[in-house]
Amino acid sequence: MSSVIPYTVEKRPDTGLNNVKIGIWLFLASEVMLFGALFGGYILLRVGSTEWPHGSDFGLSVPLAFVNTLVLISSSVTMVMAWASLMRKDTRKYKIYMFLTVLGGVGFMVIKSIEYSAKFSHHYYPETHNFLALYFTLTGLHALHVVAGMVVNAYLLWPGFKMWETNPQQFTNRVESAGLFWHFVDLVWIFLFPVLYLL
Amino acid sequence: MSLKAFHILFITVCTVFVAGFGIWAWTQHGLQAEGPHLFLALCGFGLAVALPIYGIWFLKKMKAVSFL
Repeated sequence: MSSVIPYTVEKRPDTGLNNVKIGIWLFLASEVMLFGALFGGYILLRVGSTEWPHGSDFGLSVPLAFVNTLVLISSSVTMVMAWASLMRKDTRKYKIYMFLTVLGGVGFMVIKSIEYSAKFSHHYYPETHNFLALYFTLTGLHALHVVAGMVVNAYLLWPGFKMWETNPQQFTNRVESAGLFWHFVDLVWIFLFPVLYLL
Repeated sequence: MSLKAFHILFITVCTVFVAGFGIWAWTQHGLQAEGPHLFLALCGFGLAVALPIYGIWFLKKMKAVSFL
């Protein structure tokens, strides 16, 4: 007996959403709770501390982090352009924009690794200070999310692209979901940057 | 919420952030004349203008796509 999974492409009449859209938003809701808890930890440790260092005390570079912010904002733009290209059935532009998105992720990780190696060379580790514990936890978890997004985007660019031949609408929906995740990851960085580098 | 709506939200948050960053960098430039703060402030203010223009262009381009 064969069974077909319903609402992979068409929307459920009661929710107005298909499976992938409701799935990604449930996942993102759990991610909000995860990062929200860590931000809560940051606030508690900071207000409970008599003295709190500035990021520059540990050599955090604002210009470098600002460049990383620009890289992520640009990659969000290319991500949404990749999705828009698919809706216009322009697969050549889709591949260009998606490649640029993956490249943006690589650029972010390269800059982040430069920053991490500078900290380690100065013997700044998570156990050195509560600020650094929070810095490494928050940016490390965020970096893991960037890597996960890059893996998904690279899959949709190369091996996963064959779905476009058989089910273009479902593939477009997958790219949209990957784009929602990528935007969420970038949005987290927009909050992390001022919290760790500026305030 | 579709990627179109989330992208608009993202660009809005980014605009607020870069404007705030520009003000922060401008303040730092006032406190310490040396360093890249003036350049960073100009970048922040420039992006605070450019991002809403891009957002309006994006909305016009994606007029046919649903917000849901």
